[in-house]
Amino acid sequence: MTPVTGPLGGLLAAPPQVVAAGVGVFSDALRTQGVSVTDVEWRPPTLGDADDLTVLALDPRRATANRTAVERVLAAGSVLTDVLPAREVLDLPERTLLHSGPPLSWETASGPMRGAFIGACLFEGWADDAAAAERMLAAGEVAFDPCHHHRTVGPMAGVVSPSMWMWCLEDPVHGGRAFSSLNEGLGKVLRMGAYSAEVVDRLHWMTRTLGPVLQRAVRSRAEDPLDVKGVLAQMLQMGDEGHNRNRAGSLMTLRELSPAIVEVDAPASDIGAVLRFIGGNEHFFLNLGMPTAKLAMDAARDVPGSTMVTVLARNGTEFGIQTAGTGGRWFTGPAQTPVGLFLGDYGPDDANPDIGDSAIMETYGVGGFSMAAAPAIVRFVGGTVPDALATTERMYQITLAENPAMAIPVLGFRGAPTGIDVVAVARTGWLPQINTGMAGRVAGTGQVGAGLVQPPPECFTGALAALAAAARAAAV
Amino acid sequence: MATPVASRRVSAPTTTPDISDGVRHVSLRSGVYADSVRLMQVSRDAGSGDGVTAVLVAMATPLNLELAASMGLAPDGDASPEQLLIAVRARDDEALAAALAAVEAALAHRERSTGTAGAVPVRTVGAALDDAAPDASVLAVVSVPGPYAVAEALDAVAAGRSVLVFSDGVPVEHEVGLKQAARRAGVLVMGPDCGTAIVSGVALGFANVVRPGPVGLVAASGTGAQQVSCLLDAAGVGVSHVLGVGGRDLSAAVGGLATLDALAALDADPATERVLLVSKPPAPSVAEAVAEAAAGLATPVRSAVLSADSPDLTAAVEALLGDLGVDVPAWPSRPGQGTAAPGAVLKGFYSGGTLADEAMLLAAATLGDVRSNTPLRPELDPALDWGTDHAARGHVVVDFGDDALTVGRAHPMIDPALRLEAVAGLAASGEPAVLLLDVVLGHGADPDPSVTLVPVLSGAPFPVVVALVGTEADPQCWSRQADALAGAGAAVFASNAAATRHALTLLGAAS
Repeated sequence: MTPVTGPLGGLLAAPPQVVAAGVGVFSDALRTQGVSVTDVEWRPPTLGDADDLTVLALDPRRATANRTAVERVLAAGSVLTDVLPAREVLDLPERTLLHSGPPLSWETASGPMRGAFIGACLFEGWADDAAAAERMLAAGEVAFDPCHHHRTVGPMAGVVSPSMWMWCLEDPVHGGRAFSSLNEGLGKVLRMGAYSAEVVDRLHWMTRTLGPVLQRAVRSRAEDPLDVKGVLAQMLQMGDEGHNRNRAGSLMTLRELSPAIVEVDAPASDIGAVLRFIGGNEHFFLNLGMPTAKLAMDAARDVPGSTMVTVLARNGTEFGIQTAGTGGRWFTGPAQTPVGLFLGDYGPDDANPDIGDSAIMETYGVGGFSMAAAPAIVRFVGGTVPDALATTERMYQITLAENPAMAIPVLGFRGAPTGIDVVAVARTGWLPQINTGMAGRVAGTGQVGAGLVQPPPECFTGALAALAAAARAAAV
Repeated sequence: MATPVASRRVSAPTTTPDISDGVRHVSLRSGVYADSVRLMQVSRDAGSGDGVTAVLVAMATPLNLELAASMGLAPDGDASPEQLLIAVRARDDEALAAALAAVEAALAHRERSTGTAGAVPVRTVGAALDDAAPDASVLAVVSVPGPYAVAEALDAVAAGRSVLVFSDGVPVEHEVGLKQAARRAGVLVMGPDCGTAIVSGVALGFANVVRPGPVGLVAASGTGAQQVSCLLDAAGVGVSHVLGVGGRDLSAAVGGLATLDALAALDADPATERVLLVSKPPAPSVAEAVAEAAAGLATPVRSAVLSADSPDLTAAVEALLGDLGVDVPAWPSRPGQGTAAPGAVLKGFYSGGTLADEAMLLAAATLGDVRSNTPLRPELDPALDWGTDHAARGHVVVDFGDDALTVGRAHPMIDPALRLEAVAGLAASGEPAVLLLDVVLGHGADPDPSVTLVPVLSGAPFPVVVALVGTEADPQCWSRQADALAGAGAAVFASNAAATRHALTLLGAAS
């Protein structure tokens, strides 16, 4: 950058170019003078209080705090270190189920969330049938807690029970750890709210065979652990956006792990089944991508004055966000129903409101934010290629940085828009764009489609007010 | 993926003199990643510098570390593949520093999007400035509604750019915060509520086309700056810059933050030989600080402070012309028609607040306190509510540019409707009067104000006096407007003080 010389940044050194926001008559007057004018297409903010916005804009801590927060996000790494049952790695009290999104109760839980809770009770053997499980859950005999409170992220319902095997990932830069369950595949699966025998049987097979085989394979690479961030970076070069398309990432993971899997001392039929399962699941990588994003966002927790979003998560009833400047406090609003395409005969009436911790991918700048990297799926979520490019371009205006590790080829290898700024969301009125799967509204249905969704504005209005209150308190 | 995970310790950069082979720099950096093709380009760009003998900028993979070792540029301590290795050997320290700067610049280079330009609107000043060339002289102009103006203006400050804030309605504590941030960033905030500036000949907001020249203006008053710069132009003296600071800058709360920075910048500006400070009376503590700062400058500073003691901007311009050794010209004017009826009162209908103040200050000597929506002495004289009392009788001066009269409508320099209605109302009222108006020309203003004024003034049953603030080079052309207004019977003056005195003379003749 050529340094600008003279006082006031060289203001008086040469006739200025102008960036103008507001009344058009001044821009017109400048153009008649032959001045180069860039007009800002300013709109009155549609969410948040104007004084809150100004207080945050003026907060002298904010620029540095946001830089600190986003630099931690960018610097964070992610390696796969182990595979263990949830009860061995998580601080999980007895008879507790983890779930996606902000806190909820049985009464407020949506259909697919209830279905997943029922399925988990059946899988753990806490109940003999669905009716018994439902009675037990309604009676409050099982405690619920958000995954995010346990350094864990779960796609869709995100239900984790003590016997489920978890990916264990570490951030070698900051030393953080994060966890996610193993992905079950598509269709009738627990995370979509299905709990039929087929679903529970698969969970048992995963516990009996998949988990232990993966554990031994991953541990055999202790000296050379899988660099999951590296896989995510490469996926974006291969048509994945890391949320709704994980095809390349899943294949790369299979390629990386299969030699170690084959070397595990287990019956050939088990090895074959494991390899077939991974190879047949295009979303296998999602449960590795999510804790990778979680590691990065957790690295930026608790930076006073930062207005960066650290969590976007939905529980099927409510959407919740957290920010670096407000710690573990949730700011919630009603979850919206995604708009997109439906499988088979399903239609919009069959879709449950937004659900899952997988929006951690967007929080990290991939997924819907890097839609431009994944033209192959834009039609699947009901969009067009120009929409995808425009979506990513918009997200640059609500984020703090571009992640050089996550380059988007079609945008000239520009880094993914990373680090959502609550203030920028309020000022532009552009809510984060999330790519998502859609679960059936009725418990037990499974997946009904995929599409696009946004957080409700209430999350950002609430976060903005709390951040402004903190800024006012800090100024006193 | 087969990447050994070793210690993540970041080794300190080592710059080791090497007698046989120049100097070298080897460092490892975490949190930076770029693909190998990009890094090859970075290495190539940095390696093309004079005196640079070897450059390797690469991820610290085993292969690249081996390569670095073969070049004699191995890092000390452990390296991991997530780290970026920066290794340079050069002839001397100077070449090494240049190569490292080139590496930094190449790494910081942001890839531009292709093929989608213009697809997405730019919603904030910050986003627009992201796209501006870093070495260009860029200024932001913010005229969004007051409650949102500070956030947009701060985008400019954060980007190291000066900003003009036209918006009013910004709480004073936010103005202070904004201007303190600007001082920390070394840039200027003109405003809030700054209507006028000229930077290197570029007119911002309401400003006239004046010739370039040696006088720099610092103005806490927009129409005051327009009056002064137009009179200077009429005397053949040009301006270097007009830096508006906003009407509250010299208040005790703001403390002259922008005025002091603007004075210093003009002092350092080679084009500026004289500085004229145009304002209403500052808070005493601020006046002292400004006077002290002005005394410390190499460039002579004269003040045109409008007050009961010095009620006349034209006189201040004449004094400055004296400083410059320039003869005071006969200020342009056109004679008017008609005489005032017995018992006539002064009706001053103004669009410029400072010009209204000047008229009231000059009138006070003969008429005493004048009723106004912006009274000179609010403590003695409750403000006239023009919205409910637009038929107020007696001597009245109304500032139609006051915030209360511009809510939901454009400034009277752009939209004359409210004032034209007032003139028609006065004519219909039958109250004997002398009507005193300002008409301000220049960029941003009504493109042809005489078109709407002439029909209203032609039939007026009272004499009309117009202070016509502008220059021959303005888009509206001073003499064309003056001739049209004189044709409708108005007396026209380039000087507001002269216009006011003429109106007072007409009133005196009638009494």
